[in-house]
Amino acid sequence: MTDRKDDLVNYVIALGDDSLILGQRLSEWCYHAPFLEEDLALANVALDFIGRAQMFYDYASQLEKGVRSADEIAFLRDTRDYRNLLIMELPIGDFAFTMARQFMVDAYNYLYLQQLLRSTDKTLAAIAAKATKETDYHLRRSQEWVLRLGDGTDESHQRIDKAFGELWGYSAELFGMSDCETALLSKAVSVDRTALSADWTKLVSETLEQATLKIPSDDWQISGGREGLHTEHHGHILTEMQYLQRTYPGLEW
Amino acid sequence: MMSEQLADRIARRRDSACAAVWDLLDQVKDPEIPVLSLWDLGVLQDIVVQGQSVRVMIIPTYSGCPALREMKQDIRAVLASAGYVEVEVVTQLAPAWSTDMITSEGRQQLQKYGIAPPVSHRDSPVICPLCASPKTHLISQFGSTACKALYRCESCDEPFDYFKCL
Repeated sequence: MTDRKDDLVNYVIALGDDSLILGQRLSEWCYHAPFLEEDLALANVALDFIGRAQMFYDYASQLEKGVRSADEIAFLRDTRDYRNLLIMELPIGDFAFTMARQFMVDAYNYLYLQQLLRSTDKTLAAIAAKATKETDYHLRRSQEWVLRLGDGTDESHQRIDKAFGELWGYSAELFGMSDCETALLSKAVSVDRTALSADWTKLVSETLEQATLKIPSDDWQISGGREGLHTEHHGHILTEMQYLQRTYPGLEW
Repeated sequence: MMSEQLADRIARRRDSACAAVWDLLDQVKDPEIPVLSLWDLGVLQDIVVQGQSVRVMIIPTYSGCPALREMKQDIRAVLASAGYVEVEVVTQLAPAWSTDMITSEGRQQLQKYGIAPPVSHRDSPVICPLCASPKTHLISQFGSTACKALYRCESCDEPFDYFKCL
């Protein structure tokens, strides 16, 4: 059965896709953040995610014995080949939307990486060991912003409340399992995402409550990212992100 | 107290058969903090020399550290000028870099350069590198680079970079 190896490659690429797409989204704030310190912070967080993507893609390339390089995996696939969770690809919206999404994702990464640390796959465990420390900082910051905006002015409260309402239906997908993740679970390579849901809900609800925000209702859910079924926004982000590599194939820094 | 990882690294250098190459690479500085060598920063992990070929093991500070590429180029350039033609610079994922890997000389150099070194305990105050006051406050979790946060001193009013704990 060659499946195990393929499962691992698919899994690693999906983790890379989550990081790359969110990193690309965050970098769209460069020069546009509300003030200088925040501009630097967003760009630095974006770099952490792009660096993480590079580590995952390098590993995938190594598993494939160099059939594709990390750059080829990142820049020469089309939308349907991407496996990122949908929440990562949503447009940045206003600052409240960006921080609400970031908080939801940071809380998820915080729990996810603690489990990935225990992966029997040494490379994945090493990437998690590195990423988990950075995520502590990411979460601390996005959580602060949720409190500040939620418990801030009427305007900031209303904006972040609306953002959570628009994002909430994407949270269910964080805790579903794709085929390759399920297959890798028996060897304790992947993370059981279904088991993270309760802790995530607790962490996020407590912060929302403290920020005087209501927990949005669960009346709609959308998923499909891990199967390559994306929102209309995904193609647009790729046209921008892949422009250089498509126009000048093989170009290197 | 010295961290285990730093002690290991110091032992590795002390017991190495290629002391001259370690000394040579002391010339390579962090491109963003030009007073700090890769050795003092904790990025330089190991060196293996076989004949004329050198293998240098480094670890990135942050996942997305954009200086990594430049560090590799600088390592190659310094070794090339010393006559080592076959140079391989390997980025390792483990151990995960930590501020505990910074040497005590490195901490002093940071301070002299105007960057507050990482505190040894999470609750200790960040000391102003300019006037040594412990009365400082955080302005932004992220400073000019991912590894630094921006602080302001309440005594001398100056803003300064703090090399945050990781």
